[in-house]
Amino acid sequence: MRIIINGEETTLEGVATVADLICRFAFHGRIAVEVNRELVTHGQFATRNLRDGDTVEIVRAIGGG
Amino acid sequence: MEIPLKSSGQSAAAEARDRARDTPPEIADPLVIDGRKFRSRLLVGTGKYRDLEETRRAIDASGAEIVTVAIRRTNIGQNVGEPNLLDVIPPDRFTILPNTAMCYDADSAIRTSRLARDLLDGHSLVKLEVLGDPKTLFPDIPETLKAADVLIREGFRVMVYTNDDPVMARRFEEMGCVAVMPLAAPIGSGLGIRNPYNIRTIVENARLPILVDAGVGTASDAAIAMELGCDGVLMNTAIAEAKHPVLMAAAMRKAVEAGREAFLAGRMPRRAYASASSPMDGKFFP
Repeated sequence: MRIIINGEETTLEGVATVADLICRFAFHGRIAVEVNRELVTHGQFATRNLRDGDTVEIVRAIGGG
Repeated sequence: MEIPLKSSGQSAAAEARDRARDTPPEIADPLVIDGRKFRSRLLVGTGKYRDLEETRRAIDASGAEIVTVAIRRTNIGQNVGEPNLLDVIPPDRFTILPNTAMCYDADSAIRTSRLARDLLDGHSLVKLEVLGDPKTLFPDIPETLKAADVLIREGFRVMVYTNDDPVMARRFEEMGCVAVMPLAAPIGSGLGIRNPYNIRTIVENARLPILVDAGVGTASDAAIAMELGCDGVLMNTAIAEAKHPVLMAAAMRKAVEAGREAFLAGRMPRRAYASASSPMDGKFFP
């Protein structure tokens, strides 16, 4: 399955849901996720399935004014 | 740290004393945003610092309770063990104000706000900023209006960055924004309060908090904003790009407090000529 994560095309196997993806990349701390420009809330991580060609954004808080 | 004694043998007087200590004292002259009271009228950003330790020390010196952050992509694969901004400004101690900085259209700002709310466990305060021009970073007002409309309908509490236009400020107030934040000069310019008369007009018309956001360069600029009657000042670059950011943060804290007190005190009238401070009566010299 090919997924674009934060602008980078990535080939992944064994990743079915957003929760799997977060687990695979060991994201820690506070993050938030969008799939195809739509917010996926924390409560939906385990149930939101990923499909070939999905575009995923994984964001965090950084310094800004 | 004191540990309150809760033994059953405690006297009624001691229990009352403990209760008083547990209850936060009433804040004199608070800044009220969306029903929440704040002691500090200085809001600070977290960008442009050397490192997170400098960020922490500057925010501490500023006394700010509301702190802005940006929302950006995580670094894939480099995330583990990386220090996190929210460890330095824990959301249980600070009111985190996510911004939509560098968004050039309503859609980007709306997406950013939704991500920020989920990231912060449903905390719905957002600093809406939709830009129209990379050279000046002036706001795109039609796009800002569009985004504000959607966000307010989705339950966001919108603090809106706008230009120093009293008509727009009133429009944002009528829409249901919780604070209007006119620029004093372009973001990061440090040019100070370029149009004090417009800022004052915005303040005079408003029934919601008006905060100067952007343009402050040094402590006197912050004091002037407060003397004009603004409810607060939001700044980042003036502190972060000072030669000594922590010292400037302390200066800004005092300037905002001094400006607020001067506004409440009411300044003397301006005169064209001198008015002696010492009496004419009782002089023993010619």
